[in-house]
Amino acid sequence: MIEVEHLYKSFAGVNVLEDISVTFERGKTNLIIGRSGSGKTVLMKCIVGLHEADRGAVIFDDRNFVEMSFTGRKELRKEMGMMFQGGALFDSLSVEENVIFPLNLFTKMPYDEKRERANICLKRVNLDNVNKLYPGELSGGMKKRVAIARAIVQNPKYLFCDEPNSGLDPKTALVIDDLISEITHDYSITTVVNTHDMNSVMEIGEKVVFIHQGFKCWEGTREEILDSDNEYLNDFVFASNFAKKIKSLTSKNS
Amino acid sequence: MKNISAFGKYIIFITRVFSKPEKTKIYLQQTIREIESLGINSIGIVIIISIFIGAVITLQTRYNLESSWIPLYLIGLTARDTILLEFSSTMVGLILAGKVGSNIASEIGHMRITEQIDALEMMGINSASYLILPKILATMVFNPILTIISMVVGIFGGWMACIVTGALASSDYIYGIQYWFIPFYITYALVKTVVYAFIITSVTSFHGYYVQGGALEVGRCSTRGVVYSSILILLADVVLTQLMLA
Repeated sequence: MIEVEHLYKSFAGVNVLEDISVTFERGKTNLIIGRSGSGKTVLMKCIVGLHEADRGAVIFDDRNFVEMSFTGRKELRKEMGMMFQGGALFDSLSVEENVIFPLNLFTKMPYDEKRERANICLKRVNLDNVNKLYPGELSGGMKKRVAIARAIVQNPKYLFCDEPNSGLDPKTALVIDDLISEITHDYSITTVVNTHDMNSVMEIGEKVVFIHQGFKCWEGTREEILDSDNEYLNDFVFASNFAKKIKSLTSKNS
Repeated sequence: MKNISAFGKYIIFITRVFSKPEKTKIYLQQTIREIESLGINSIGIVIIISIFIGAVITLQTRYNLESSWIPLYLIGLTARDTILLEFSSTMVGLILAGKVGSNIASEIGHMRITEQIDALEMMGINSASYLILPKILATMVFNPILTIISMVVGIFGGWMACIVTGALASSDYIYGIQYWFIPFYITYALVKTVVYAFIITSVTSFHGYYVQGGALEVGRCSTRGVVYSSILILLADVVLTQLMLA
């Protein structure tokens, strides 16, 4: 479980996050949603320590990450896996080397065992026969899947995904969503996903937090979203004319 | 004020670079890779530049010392000392600041903007140390070898110029390059090379590591890294010359 308490963050005097308090539960796919520039990515980066929060606490199972030393953070990060928006695969390494990379640095496994573990993770994300390819030779969806494989290779307790569907077609996006959801349930990890894709929200969002202009505006389940009377959330969820028509039809029928 | 702040940031950065490695074996492997990428791949350009500059130094010295009372072997001596004292360390250092420095700044900068550095941090790796320490070690170990290659090839280039143009008898040149040889000049050049290697790698890495934005900023940081490291090389040259030769 991850608890965020009264988190504040500003850049050059501009407040980007203000008094965010939220709990991300274990074994669930927790989604942070909001418009572009609302502060979703900054919130995620503050949680994992890539940005320093100005104030507040981030507690990973009773361990306050914000107050930890550099070494303490390094140790805790070994329990985290993160999938970045663009994949962030190492260009100079092949797919297999990318997945093995964390094992090389933090385990004493023999090489064959590391390869086996990497292959298990690549199979888990439905990738076969790509071990020797380099990131430049992969499609966007494949890069994201390799990034997920690398994120789970060390059996993390916490998984973070920043915009996992950006730049993907709806069908591939669905595959990635299902994968994240399956991994979360199979390994019972705390997953936090940053997205503005409403398909993802409705597919995998077991807990949804809506951020608007740096404030936590709403939180609930995907089922509760449709019935919410939160003005900002409705503006975001029913932004397209198509969605607005569906909502009006649904309300007429009911 | 901005410069003082940048210097403080540089010191913190260097402290992180020299902190204890996660796994020494991996760092050694990385260092060997960097020796190939930053050192061995620079041998070609060092040889080409040294051979031509060695020839030019010899020819210019010859045409500027057109006097009957100056012994001709002094041309070989002058060319040798110019190559040993200044060209093979400082000039080659400046050339490497351009070639190796821009390569390092753009590589690290690209890794920063594509979140590869963030990915390393997320794995619990000290990214500054993992990426930069092997580069610093590789250049500090291999650049002295490049300097020695440059010395040998530069002196050879001067001899070739004598043969090809007939500006000076081969025997005079060979006598000149052996005359009044001071071995400490080699030590002096190698010490300078090691200091320059540290400057080139750390300064350009620093600029790449903290880049923000996109491809345009990576290009700018690369240029800035090369300019700053070149200025620092010249400054270090003055300081080390005063310390070691005065």
